[in-house]
Amino acid sequence: MGYFLQQLINGMALGMIYGLIAIGYTMVYGIIGMINFAHGEIFMIGAFISFIAFIALGLIGIGWMPLALLIVLVATMLLTSVYGWALERVAYRPLRHSPRLAALITAIGMSIFLQNYVQLLQGARVKPMQPVVTGGVRFFELGEFAVAFSYLQMLIILITVGLMLGFTLIINRTALGRAQRACQQDLGMAALVGIDVDRTIALTFVLGACLASVAGLMFLLNYGVIDFYIGFVAGIKAFTAAVLGGIGSVPGAMLGGLLIGLIEAFWSAYFSVEYKDVATFAILILVLIFRPTGLLGKPDVEKV
Amino acid sequence: MRASTVPQLPFDWPRALKDAGMVAGVVVLLAIALLGFRIQDTSGGPPLAYRFDDVVAVALIAFLGRLGIAALRAQRAVPVLVGALVFAIALTAALVLGADEQQLFFRSTGLNGTIALAAWILSARAAWLVWHAASETSAELREARMDRLSAQVQRWSGWVGPLLLGLAVALPFLPWIDRRLLDIATLVATYIMLGWGLNIVVGLAGLLDLGYVAFYAVGAYSYALLALHFDLGFWLCLPFAGIMAAFAGILLGFPVLRLRGDYLAIVTLGFGEIVRIILLNWYKFTNGPDGLSGIPRPTFFGLPMVRDAPEGGHSFHSFFGLEYAPIDRVIFLYYLAIALALVTNLFTLRIRKLPIGRAWEALREDETACRSLGVHPRNTKLTAFAIGAMFGGFGGSFFATRQGFISPESFTFLESAIILAIVVLGGMGSQIGVVLAAILLIGLPEVFRDLNQYRMLAFGVAMVVIMTWRPRGLLAHREPTVRLGHGPPEERHEGPHA
Repeated sequence: MGYFLQQLINGMALGMIYGLIAIGYTMVYGIIGMINFAHGEIFMIGAFISFIAFIALGLIGIGWMPLALLIVLVATMLLTSVYGWALERVAYRPLRHSPRLAALITAIGMSIFLQNYVQLLQGARVKPMQPVVTGGVRFFELGEFAVAFSYLQMLIILITVGLMLGFTLIINRTALGRAQRACQQDLGMAALVGIDVDRTIALTFVLGACLASVAGLMFLLNYGVIDFYIGFVAGIKAFTAAVLGGIGSVPGAMLGGLLIGLIEAFWSAYFSVEYKDVATFAILILVLIFRPTGLLGKPDVEKV
Repeated sequence: MRASTVPQLPFDWPRALKDAGMVAGVVVLLAIALLGFRIQDTSGGPPLAYRFDDVVAVALIAFLGRLGIAALRAQRAVPVLVGALVFAIALTAALVLGADEQQLFFRSTGLNGTIALAAWILSARAAWLVWHAASETSAELREARMDRLSAQVQRWSGWVGPLLLGLAVALPFLPWIDRRLLDIATLVATYIMLGWGLNIVVGLAGLLDLGYVAFYAVGAYSYALLALHFDLGFWLCLPFAGIMAAFAGILLGFPVLRLRGDYLAIVTLGFGEIVRIILLNWYKFTNGPDGLSGIPRPTFFGLPMVRDAPEGGHSFHSFFGLEYAPIDRVIFLYYLAIALALVTNLFTLRIRKLPIGRAWEALREDETACRSLGVHPRNTKLTAFAIGAMFGGFGGSFFATRQGFISPESFTFLESAIILAIVVLGGMGSQIGVVLAAILLIGLPEVFRDLNQYRMLAFGVAMVVIMTWRPRGLLAHREPTVRLGHGPPEERHEGPHA
């Protein structure tokens, strides 16, 4: 029971990270109907920028953790979102009216480029970081097993929930959110009623990159090691999460992320660590067979 | 036709400067963290190194480059030509003469070389404009011109194909060919074959498969395991490997092929990863990350390509009474790759004309219409998937026999992406486009192997640049089967785009 609870907490924290990345996929997919293949790389860049920011802050002597965290959070969101913007500008905008596969290839190209770019600039070796947020609450002693809820996990869940709330507000209440929802329904019509479609799409990429960068920061805090290759695996898992939850649906992405995180945690705990990714994909395939639009997705109506 | 014939629009300096400034600003924001700082691996020393001068250099180059492009667009080719040329010559000279790296823009020859190359390209473009006094053509015009060109190429394909084939056959005997080049040619031929195989799935049937490498892996491991455990030869195993791969394709395709578009893409991607993870972890069966080694080489009609003939038998050179030469085997493998690729190509060309091939192309265009005409979508797609997988399996067993060693590391997503890129860059459904793209994407980087660090970087950039330049692929050209209105009375091309 204690073990179960512990895995539940671990899985939730992991799932939050996947969920944040998945939102970026699902939003872009919802609007332009394309897989943003380089989104995982944006997440990786977010992690690297956070790492650099932490070291730089340490060097100039800002040691008080909440302040440092806040600065790192803002810095990484800001700088990573520029990458998101540039990605859209280079790989997607020129191909807006081209076959969809073309944009997929440019996105894969950008993904290869960004991976090697980071490898070249920061070196190929795994970068370890000292744990920044330590300690936690032991709130459940069952026999010999103590269930620990670390401050880090609390922080992850807290930030994610906060971001989710803010994000939902943006989507539901602001002009940008309205424009996004309009674009999601019909790009051409949205343009006709005076919505700047290019700007909306660019801002969608920026928002997605912001969330992915926060996920990168959390990944860095949670695991303490990063390398230039983390974006790929996290990216496909997050995309899996987006598909699982129903692509195009933001709550679906969060739900899918949580599910993937939980599946991973429980599968590693009770079955085998090696095959956790196999379990994730197998469940994805099963869900798609029985519910092709994902858990919260709307069925797409086929028009002739 | 001098420059005076083109009306000179006033050059909007403030706007161009502002635009270039913004680009430089974005570049600074992009570069400041990742280029400006470097995390140091060694413990003890300072944890960060600084490279702010590099950031300034990148921003400067972005500023000048953007300004140059803006000037080109406004017909100010001469100053750009002079500026870019001076810059390019100076930088190239400095690089060639081996100037102190610290004095140049970046601390690496590769980056400086890239900048020099970009300057050369810019000056070439400017020179072109000066010479032709032509305005920058619009995107549509350029596209139409390229379309005409690729239509031309495909009209020529009647003799370009045999010509290329002749060249390919003669290649090992050309005087300047050495072993390294022949190895590269073999690799290119392998990718051409894989590209043609995937083209059946992506180009003809329109199914986006991001996990093609899974079938490649199944083929490679099928052959390796059969050969190692049951002592079977390459030629006997080749059909088996193909069948196994096709079976894997059916196994995956049966449940998921009713999914559409991107769902299929993510599921195939997941399947590719599943196969790789299983190969990595099922130690008893696949030897895990250590891989399988000692995979036997193919024989030439039962004659092994070795120095010492097996007891009581002949080897290739002793049977034909030749001197033993190690290059023989390389040449043999090269011809094998060409032969396999040709089989794939012929198969595709023929099956396109069969009802099933027609059904694939029709399904790609409109699934609903097909269904109403009585084409069973899933079964039709399944055949395409299985046949594509089969050729992937052939490619895999060739890979295994050529390398003599396989491990899960060779079957990553990157391989799938490269093969898909070859198909899409070549122009979907175009057979000769695949050849062109494979030479561009596989051959060129291999030739520049020495620039190892920058190879994949340039690979990614090339994918983006080519795709932006020609979104429908290098040789994308499709003759409509039915024309409306009064199109030019061109001869119709019903036949295959060879």
